[in-house]
Amino acid sequence: MSKKLTKHEYQYLVEKTMPTSRGLRNVLAAFFTGGLICAIGQVFLMGMKELGVDEETAYMLTTVIMIFLGALLTGLNIYDKIGKFGGAGASIPVTGFSNSIVSPAMEYKKEGYVMGVGARMFLIAGPVLVYGIFASVVAGLIYYLWVQAM
Amino acid sequence: MSTRTGKQTVVLSNPPVVIGGAAIVGKKEGDGPLARYFDQIIDDEYFGEKTFEKAESRLLRDTLAKTLEKCGKSAQDIDFIISGDLQNQCTAASYAFRDVQVSFIGIYGACSTMAESLALGAMLIDGGAAEMTACMTSSHFCSAERQFRYPLEFGSQRTPTSQWTVTGAGCILLGKQGNGPRITHVTCGAIIDMGIKDANNMGGAMAPAACDTILRHLQDTGRSLDYYDLVLTGDLGSFGRSILTRLLKDNGVDPEGRYEDCGCMIFDLERQDVVCGGSGCGCSATVLSAYILELMNQKKLNRVLLVATGALHSPTWIQQGESIPCIAHAVSLENIPE
Amino acid sequence: MTDIIKAFVTGGIICVIAQLLIDYTKITPARIMVIFVVSGVILGVLGIYPAIVEFGGAGATIPLTGFGNTLAKGVMKAVNETGLVGVLTGGVKAAAAGISSAITFGYIMAIVSKPKLK
Repeated sequence: MSKKLTKHEYQYLVEKTMPTSRGLRNVLAAFFTGGLICAIGQVFLMGMKELGVDEETAYMLTTVIMIFLGALLTGLNIYDKIGKFGGAGASIPVTGFSNSIVSPAMEYKKEGYVMGVGARMFLIAGPVLVYGIFASVVAGLIYYLWVQAM
Repeated sequence: MSTRTGKQTVVLSNPPVVIGGAAIVGKKEGDGPLARYFDQIIDDEYFGEKTFEKAESRLLRDTLAKTLEKCGKSAQDIDFIISGDLQNQCTAASYAFRDVQVSFIGIYGACSTMAESLALGAMLIDGGAAEMTACMTSSHFCSAERQFRYPLEFGSQRTPTSQWTVTGAGCILLGKQGNGPRITHVTCGAIIDMGIKDANNMGGAMAPAACDTILRHLQDTGRSLDYYDLVLTGDLGSFGRSILTRLLKDNGVDPEGRYEDCGCMIFDLERQDVVCGGSGCGCSATVLSAYILELMNQKKLNRVLLVATGALHSPTWIQQGESIPCIAHAVSLENIPE
Repeated sequence: MTDIIKAFVTGGIICVIAQLLIDYTKITPARIMVIFVVSGVILGVLGIYPAIVEFGGAGATIPLTGFGNTLAKGVMKAVNETGLVGVLTGGVKAAAAGISSAITFGYIMAIVSKPKLK
């Protein structure tokens, strides 16, 4: 090239001119989608409390129902569209967690039930479990020491 | 016999002829602006096969058969099949041609594969190693997603610089003799890496490689850009296209009015929800083999410089924090008056 | 009805925070999911998240931060009951229903359904 930009100058040019997703549309879509999913969960929660289920079990069952709905909508080839519309509004609720487990399970069935479905099911959700559980152990240890010190 | 001119360009002294070509595409491409030029549009993304990988192989096999049929040739007339794709170890092509018993050269140039296979095929013919070569490549949206991104049913948003992998295969039959446009020059690019690390911004990553190869080609051949009716990049998409235009202008070459990008042509960017446009090996392969070839045969275009770009990264290297090495190969196609 | 609106708003705001992180920083969605779970654990241990659940109900428990809070709640409860052993058992025990159901439904869907290009 006769006139050479340095890597740094070029990266700056790209950064400055590239299209971005910044804007109200994504934020509103995330708010609406995430809010709606949670509101549906709240309806189940209240329904169960109405039926006399104790609070802790009701919360747990609500989570299970939402996971089921996320899995079902993924299996029906619908959740990816919700994700495309809602962004984080679809991926942060537990339905999105379910989608992240079901979608690779479906995708990698072709590679067999052991090395495909079995091994790749947690391709995306794996880190969430690893860091979530690890954080709970660290937190538990600190809590234990704190209780002992008291 | 081929000769070199300048640093990277090869002059083909008996320019090989484009005998014919064919392209088969998927449904979304068949919904696009170039639909009527494609030889076949297939609605089922599995193409009747069990997996997306097999579907892509089938696509290549069918495209070769279609090309041979259109040109009135048989597989035994071909001296080399030169093909590649985006699957691991280039397997779509290897599996596609395991039963044809023709010398096979498997290449990997990512999305630059069509220009790479044309360049190699032309040099083989001009060098006397072949009478006829089939130059082809394919990509499949679903197998590429598996290779490079997320499972199909995973709900995620595409970033604003992302592109949509074309499902399609294109094949061009090159011969020593015949009627049709000829390949007169080949400029094989050097690898250019400007440090872009975002695998969802291929246009931004690849534009400098295209710029480098175009300027090199012009310098080596002593031509100006006005020599060509059309300079055609492979799959820079709308963002890469605008960056390349700017880079060329900074170097005193104004491409306005004679520059197009296959990624922006194959889809309707407004209507088809592909963000910045098409990408993948199949993008330039299908646009060239179907649309551009048709325009050249009708003499609506007489001099075309195909500059197909490729991003030569893998998910592993990107996860290891590396940037994207890119390449662009240029092939000069010309209608030469008899 | 008020509870449903509270859930809507709470869940919506949590998702908006994630969306802003995706759009305005270079953090990838996978990392944001990890950050949210770990934040949930931290806020849970500090007693802040339970207050959010008190207000938002399912709007606080359904997002990934709620999953983190469940892990934190579980581990603290187990430590109170069984001491040091609880550090290792509490989190996963509390999250067991979620993890097991995700695996089960995922497996069933893999058998009955196949991915499609739309």
